[in-house]
Amino acid sequence: MQLRPGTKLFSTVCDAQVVVVKAPSEDVEVSCGGAPMVADDPGGASGTPDASLGEGPAIGKRYADEDLGLELLCSRAGQGALTVNGEPLLLKGAKPLPSSD
Amino acid sequence: MNLLLLLDMAAADRGEAPAVQAGDQALTAAELLTAAWAGAEQVAGRDAVAYVGTNGLGFPVALFAAAAAGIPFVPLNYRLAVDQLDSMLRPLGDVVVVGEGSAYEALAERGHPVLAADELVASGRGSEASGEVPFDADAPAVLLYTSGTTSAPKAAVLRHRNLAAYVIGTVEFGGAGPDDAVLVSVPPYHVAGLANLLSNLYAGRRIVYLPQFDAQAWVDAVRREGVTNAMVVPTMLARIADVLEADGQGLPSLRNLSYGGARTPGTVLQRVMELLPDVDLTNAYGLTETSSTIAVLGPDDHRAARGGDPAAVSRLSSAGQVLPTVEVEVRDELGQPVRAGEPGEIFVRGEQVSGEYATGAVLDDDGWFPTRDRGWLDEDGYLFIEGRNDDTIIRGGENIAPAEIEEVLLQHPAVAECAVVGIPDDEWGQRIAVAVVLREGAELDADALREFARRSLRSSKTPDVVSFVDALPYTETGKLLRRVVQTDLEKSA
Repeated sequence: MQLRPGTKLFSTVCDAQVVVVKAPSEDVEVSCGGAPMVADDPGGASGTPDASLGEGPAIGKRYADEDLGLELLCSRAGQGALTVNGEPLLLKGAKPLPSSD
Repeated sequence: MNLLLLLDMAAADRGEAPAVQAGDQALTAAELLTAAWAGAEQVAGRDAVAYVGTNGLGFPVALFAAAAAGIPFVPLNYRLAVDQLDSMLRPLGDVVVVGEGSAYEALAERGHPVLAADELVASGRGSEASGEVPFDADAPAVLLYTSGTTSAPKAAVLRHRNLAAYVIGTVEFGGAGPDDAVLVSVPPYHVAGLANLLSNLYAGRRIVYLPQFDAQAWVDAVRREGVTNAMVVPTMLARIADVLEADGQGLPSLRNLSYGGARTPGTVLQRVMELLPDVDLTNAYGLTETSSTIAVLGPDDHRAARGGDPAAVSRLSSAGQVLPTVEVEVRDELGQPVRAGEPGEIFVRGEQVSGEYATGAVLDDDGWFPTRDRGWLDEDGYLFIEGRNDDTIIRGGENIAPAEIEEVLLQHPAVAECAVVGIPDDEWGQRIAVAVVLREGAELDADALREFARRSLRSSKTPDVVSFVDALPYTETGKLLRRVVQTDLEKSA
């Protein structure tokens, strides 16, 4: 799928939703729990996430593949682990900044 | 991504906790989201939503209603004359004005479509409105007028992607504790007011609005509401220090106090550090055109200075280090980057940097934004701001930053405030002039002040003209209106 910043993706196997923050120029397949994520709200999960892939995303956390130039923001938590082209997406660690607002 | 997504996430995560509060009224994030969708139905089809009023629940509802409707939000200074507001609104097309107070009512009388802030908030209560968060991250989210200290105010265009990048890149989602509360007293038409709302909502920190700043009301609100965080501008900081000095009660609940928006005199900061020894202090530097903060001097830096480390003490007058998500370069007149320690114009680049006005973008080919601020970086990347480029005095070919002279003059016990500007001079190009406000009851003549300055500064930096005035002109957010001082001094010199 060709992604664009702002695109929302829905898991088909759990409640997870992500928003594309940075998009690679080439087509990629983002999956959750082993099943490809979709751009249209499926209106509920069907099937079961593949637990062997790891833990699902947490709301507000960012997941990235630096090599591909892909970054996702989790807007709804879920059980299925995020992958891109079959490879795990890594939790993006951010050094906490002092609150300035 | 659209700003509404930030609210949508906050509503999903801790939707039942109070998110925004003004007086005895509050909205949870879930209620705010519903109110935004209900508001979107009322503003749909317009070209923009303006906000003309003080801080209150109508401000976040109007902002997110505009985001939900996919149109820009335009907060305007409610203290401006109605003619000026009118001329700001006209070019924007069909704008609905949300607000309250006399300026709002005057605009209604002029025939502008209006929506009372309390009605907008009320219409959201009990509504079941909802919708799909708009997709377009490239759309303008907010048109925000700059302070206009050196030229007429300009409308900066902040797109959803700029503001969202700032929040996502600098704030930990849900990172606030359940009892955290932030007191917001900066006005809604200032970028700090906008950033306060978005950042704290995303962090899950309860936002308590003070309609307008008043030092006693601010201190009372901190104590009454158990406020843990606050952001203020330097003029507010000085007045808060006066109140705390007078009553000696301190602010037991306060943990983080951030200040910025203009240069903070060292004398004010010193007082605050003594009055609030246990509070983490943060100095934030940013511009309207950069979606708020781009550099911070954090609590660790302030603690090191309190401990007496000389390097840390000298860095108290810096803006700290730039955010990891922002790049900075200091360039000379030819546009070449300079070495550490050398002053020049500050350029910044990053996703939160809009660098765009209603009249067009001013980014260079590589995406760098000329801030028109002058400053320098030290060896460790601490950014020292000297002032606006346009304020730099060029006397006999020498570049002189007004701030350097002002810091010296403020050390004089009789001087309460001062503003240094350049005025035209046939021989030198510019002469140095200063407008001085004396402390109550203090006496000082021009020669004595010049002699005091000469002890710390070279004679080329000693003011040529000293003028004593009753008060200096400031914007609402504590920025000195230097162009007004300059005009006055030129006339009197």
